[in-house]
Amino acid sequence: MRTLIRPALSLFVLLTVMTGFIYPLVVTGIAQAVFSHEANGSLIGDGTVGSELIGQPFDDPKYFWGRPSATSPVPYNAGASSGSNLGPSNPALAEALRARVEAIRSVHGESLHNIPVDLVTASGSGLDPHVSPVGALYQIDRIANNRHLPRTRVRELVESHIEGRTFGFLGEPRVNILRLNFALDGLEPNE
Amino acid sequence: MTANALLQMVAYFVFLVALAVPLGGYMARVYTHEAGVAQRGLGAVERCLYRLCGIRADEEMTWKRYAFSVLLFNAVGILAVYGLQRLQHFLPLNPVGLGAVSPEVSFNTAVSFASNTNWQAYAGETTLSYLTQMIGLTVQNFVSAATGMAVLVALIRGWTRRTTEGLGSFWVDLTRSTLYILLPLSLVLAIALVSQGVVQTLDPQATVSLLDPWATDAGEIITEQTIARGPAASQVAIKQLGTNGGGFYNVNSAHPLENPTPLSNFLQLLSILLIPAALCFTFGTLVKDKRQGWAIFAAMMLIFVPMTVLTVVAEQSGTPLLSSLGLHENMEGKEVRFGIVNSALWATATTAASNGSVNAMHDSFTPLGGMIPMVLMQLGEIVFGGVGSGLYGMLIYAIMAVFIAGLMVGRTPEYLGKKIEAFEMKMASLVILLPASAVLLGTAIACVLPAGTAPLGNPGIHGFSEILYAFSSGANNNGSAFGGLTVNGTFYSIGIGLCMLVGRYWVIIPVLAIAGSLAKKKTIPISVGTLPTHTPLFVLLLVATIILVGALTFIPALALGPVVEHLTLSNR
Repeated sequence: MRTLIRPALSLFVLLTVMTGFIYPLVVTGIAQAVFSHEANGSLIGDGTVGSELIGQPFDDPKYFWGRPSATSPVPYNAGASSGSNLGPSNPALAEALRARVEAIRSVHGESLHNIPVDLVTASGSGLDPHVSPVGALYQIDRIANNRHLPRTRVRELVESHIEGRTFGFLGEPRVNILRLNFALDGLEPNE
Repeated sequence: MTANALLQMVAYFVFLVALAVPLGGYMARVYTHEAGVAQRGLGAVERCLYRLCGIRADEEMTWKRYAFSVLLFNAVGILAVYGLQRLQHFLPLNPVGLGAVSPEVSFNTAVSFASNTNWQAYAGETTLSYLTQMIGLTVQNFVSAATGMAVLVALIRGWTRRTTEGLGSFWVDLTRSTLYILLPLSLVLAIALVSQGVVQTLDPQATVSLLDPWATDAGEIITEQTIARGPAASQVAIKQLGTNGGGFYNVNSAHPLENPTPLSNFLQLLSILLIPAALCFTFGTLVKDKRQGWAIFAAMMLIFVPMTVLTVVAEQSGTPLLSSLGLHENMEGKEVRFGIVNSALWATATTAASNGSVNAMHDSFTPLGGMIPMVLMQLGEIVFGGVGSGLYGMLIYAIMAVFIAGLMVGRTPEYLGKKIEAFEMKMASLVILLPASAVLLGTAIACVLPAGTAPLGNPGIHGFSEILYAFSSGANNNGSAFGGLTVNGTFYSIGIGLCMLVGRYWVIIPVLAIAGSLAKKKTIPISVGTLPTHTPLFVLLLVATIILVGALTFIPALALGPVVEHLTLSNR
């Protein structure tokens, strides 16, 4: 069995070189050459105002709000992703959901519509950049009032930011909240 | 279930079969050294590797020598990953300056990646340096998958060869699996993922300003966001293809930089089952009866499809708590771009395969939605299962099924022309009993020790489910978790670490022993009394055997966890 030691050690070293150095470096090289925007985190603008794939926390009534985030110590901490991991029978989950429903209702009033479920449940990553189209449309009255904008303009803006399912069937329709809020800042009031 | 849910699932199965059939044929040619173009292109690299390592390409190993090679190579890997983590603060490619990982977490992670489990006691972006991720984890992602494929091929040779001791060379099977199958597929997938937005850079994290500065409860104003980056795509590609599942980031494929779009999700989802499904067809080709491969594939699908439907329905139905608040679907722990359907589909695929990557937090699934993944793991990771390991596990169940059929009609059981006798049955029993005992004993011990219950993230019944899920995942080499459980303490690091060792190596050794015993036997010709093993009847018998063994072993434990939780929730 001693004859196995050399193949074991030397094959391990050589496969490490191939799969641990050459492979990731080749992928990095191709990625940086062909898809440098995506490979570096899909950063917006000069790279200092955010990533189009990473959500940001919003609580100002003038902005669209995204999903609750369970990262610590602050929400949307993109250095330490985390979900809430609260189980379905956990009283803490019931409490959190009730508090969020309450908070959303107190700001938006008793709407005819149900509260969109994604606005009151924490995302898996804590960094979800999207809400559902219903989740964004639910907020347009609040935005229009706070920004003194006509309701139809806000609605149009949201509708122009809805991304459909990929190829018409994959995934779910969604709205990127950071992009939407950037576009919102670009609208002039009472134009 | 909605029409779109159905459409996404059907599309998934169609693409899976369309890709798995040709890939299965190609892999068979890799193991019979007839891989055409690939062999001409990469043959020089392969021969060079053998020369440098002193490997004889035509060596024939006995099962004991084969098993010893597997263990030795894996031991080297465990030591290397352990060492890398303990010394990462002295080594380069650590732009964030992360410190040494604790001994118990290092042990756990080393075993976890060598055994193809990829249980995460670490949090990727805050624990491991780029170097550790690259030459520690990525390398193990490749070689642990290749180890599984090698052991499978050795087992198949038990049927294709007669009256010989030789099962082929582990070094050759390992090298060919890596070089001709895993590396080219990973390269293509990694680039495709980058195009969708998965990061691949050696630069440190990016800092961006917040559009709406955030005031903390303490009154501090946060104006910046730090975005962790790294060489993720190269690792994510092999993590899915090799049924490894260990994430680059803490939340794995729920992270927008690890799985940014519905298309990246679809590609990753396909890769999870691709090689395990294709190996069924490799098996059919190698035993020169493709119907045998289709029969095994059909048995896997027969368990997988209903399980997927159940999970989707459970998550779409939500819980009474959600309904009382006017909310109808369970989106806690899920991402908007994937929604319910892709999260549920992923949860079943990743636990049917021993992948264990997640795109939603299983801990927050409804009780029944979270039970299905647990059941799929407890069946022994054989419904597709790990690359190689899933199919060799399934073949053990096929042996079990022909044995039961043999008892019913009073004939010596045989499978693919080889008699199944006492030695094979003893070894097959070990393969089935050892991981199951590890799950139940581990759970029992954790429940009575304070060290086992203190790290629970959820109180009450769901806490028990967290423990049961953890040991089911570890001992069956899956790696997904009910993430509320804090597992970087000593008890779970060591406990789950030991379960992973049992679930991997105490299965590989009996499997290779069966291979060795089968290869020595003569092939018996098919007669009228032979039970055909490619018929719907056999497929049903196989499925029934699996369900029966799984149910007898785990129903009591499941009844104490998710079943009770479901009943209490609905009667509140």
